Amino acid sequence: MTSKLPDLTPEEITFLKKKATQIRLITLEMIGHLGVGHVGGSLSIAEALAVLYYKVMRIDPKNPKWDERDRFVLSKGHAGPALYAVLADLGYFPYEWIYTLNRPNTNLPSHCDRLKTPGVDMTAGSLGQGLSAAVGMALGARIRKMSIRIFALIGDGESQEGQIWEAAMFASHNKLNNLIAFTDYNKMQIDGYIHEVNNLEPLADKWRAFNWHVIEVDGHDVQQIYNAICEGMLQDEKPTMIILHTIKGKGVFFAEGKVTSHNMPIKEEELKIAIDTLRKEIEEIEGADVQ
Amino acid sequence: MNNTKKQLPLPTQDDKEIRDIYGELLLNLAEQDDRIVVLNADLARSDSTLKFKEKFPERFIDVGVAEANMMGIAAGLANMGLIPIAHSFTPFATRRAYDQITISIAYAGLPVKIMGTDPGVTAELNGGTHMSFEDAGIMRNLPNMVIVEPADAIQLKALFKQIIYHEQPVYTRLYRRRRDKFFSGDEKFEIGKIYTMKDGKDITIIASGLMVGQAIIATNMLEDDGISVRLLNMHTLKPVDEETIIKAAKETGKIVVAENHSILNGWGSAVCEVVAEHYPVPVVRIGVRNHFGEVGLTDFLLEKYKMTAKDIHSEAIKLLGK
Repeated sequence: MTSKLPDLTPEEITFLKKKATQIRLITLEMIGHLGVGHVGGSLSIAEALAVLYYKVMRIDPKNPKWDERDRFVLSKGHAGPALYAVLADLGYFPYEWIYTLNRPNTNLPSHCDRLKTPGVDMTAGSLGQGLSAAVGMALGARIRKMSIRIFALIGDGESQEGQIWEAAMFASHNKLNNLIAFTDYNKMQIDGYIHEVNNLEPLADKWRAFNWHVIEVDGHDVQQIYNAICEGMLQDEKPTMIILHTIKGKGVFFAEGKVTSHNMPIKEEELKIAIDTLRKEIEEIEGADVQ
Repeated sequence: MNNTKKQLPLPTQDDKEIRDIYGELLLNLAEQDDRIVVLNADLARSDSTLKFKEKFPERFIDVGVAEANMMGIAAGLANMGLIPIAHSFTPFATRRAYDQITISIAYAGLPVKIMGTDPGVTAELNGGTHMSFEDAGIMRNLPNMVIVEPADAIQLKALFKQIIYHEQPVYTRLYRRRRDKFFSGDEKFEIGKIYTMKDGKDITIIASGLMVGQAIIATNMLEDDGISVRLLNMHTLKPVDEETIIKAAKETGKIVVAENHSILNGWGSAVCEVVAEHYPVPVVRIGVRNHFGEVGLTDFLLEKYKMTAKDIHSEAIKLLGK
């Protein structure tokens, strides 16, 4: 539990940036194909997912139920499309599935479902619940003496649920240092800005007061996210909360920084422009890599 | 099974409370199976799992007063291949954490075992806040949720492993402080199968849990009146044993259901649903009618809510038109 991962190389940074952009692209194609969905909160977690799934987590896409794998709980289950983008890219299921999002009999429902989607480790969507499950999984790993890690990602709006703080209290009391959680702090919820609806501040202090190891990072900087995870892995006694300062709808012009992006319709012509933009970004990243 | 004698042996009292037997069952199983994990929300003292804590501290989890979190943690433990057993009083084991049970456990397909203690009127002096008459009813709404109510320690022993190793989530109503002894130990109990305590042809009484005792006495009173009573113990509310209920409807034509629960969405409702769809016969439900709980000893509350053997007897007589 104390071994630090090696630092990211410049190539890895480029690779993870590219993956984050690809996650955005696939997410947008997926939701765009349907015409409506949880755009904003899916796009804001692309870098966190890229670092976890393409660098940190021990997983085997060919064996989604591998017992010794690290687990990820997407407690803000409405961001499922971003996770599906990762899983599709990694080959957990046929890529074409992305065009079935939210369609009848799909295996990719709007909110994460462990029974339907290979690679989804926990069902979530009723906000506030996933962190408790992740805590239970971290505890279960400890009881079974497994040296695996449990990662969980909660929303900022979700943090208004009392159950989050029940789980927070329990996790630190039980010294669950195998648990690393993230808050997607994009500062927006359905009904408006977090600070206007029901302010979370001081958020980092709240987690510190609950005896977690707290790190605040730019949630769109893969290096910072990676470093924070490494720091979390070095904790001997505390669970870690990485607060990701993010932008809702990041990377897509019609969603970025818009309060209305939580669950939004996507117009055909806007979709085309956004997809073109993301493709160009990927080419640029690749181009920079070649140089 | 001797179904021909007219009088049933009256209930007796065991030396031990059901919770003591339960605590022993849990300890014994945990010795053989290291997947067993016990969860409490600050009630371990009352549900007799403290011995478990002494013996298996690493598999004993007290979340404090936080039932919603307990259910989520239990779901996470089940997701790691463990067998979590979560305990609380019936209202807090169900109603208080209903969405967590619904989504993190039932919808997520995680076979958590939930033990609700002090069902119905047996919450006694804890009163209305701790006394739920709707717990089994709300759990019944959940797809794949199994609901079991062992009536005494003997039945609990017989059903215990079936509950713990069931592949679906199970809600068990646990009579922790009762000492009732209704069964001999020779019976075979199976989750999902009604147990026939006595055969008869004029009327069927279906009872569960605490009400088995009242039903035995009522059966004997009716037999004294010359009425042939079939007495069934429906220890599993879900899945419903339709076959045995339909058979009783066909062969006896009248049914009285006695439950330590609201008459809405519990045992009586389940029986009504089955007969209405398959073989309509008159059914009378004995149970709590439009009441919240209140402080009172079990006998007082049974009397107040018209749930005694006498009430079962008089409703049966009315139903028979005598």
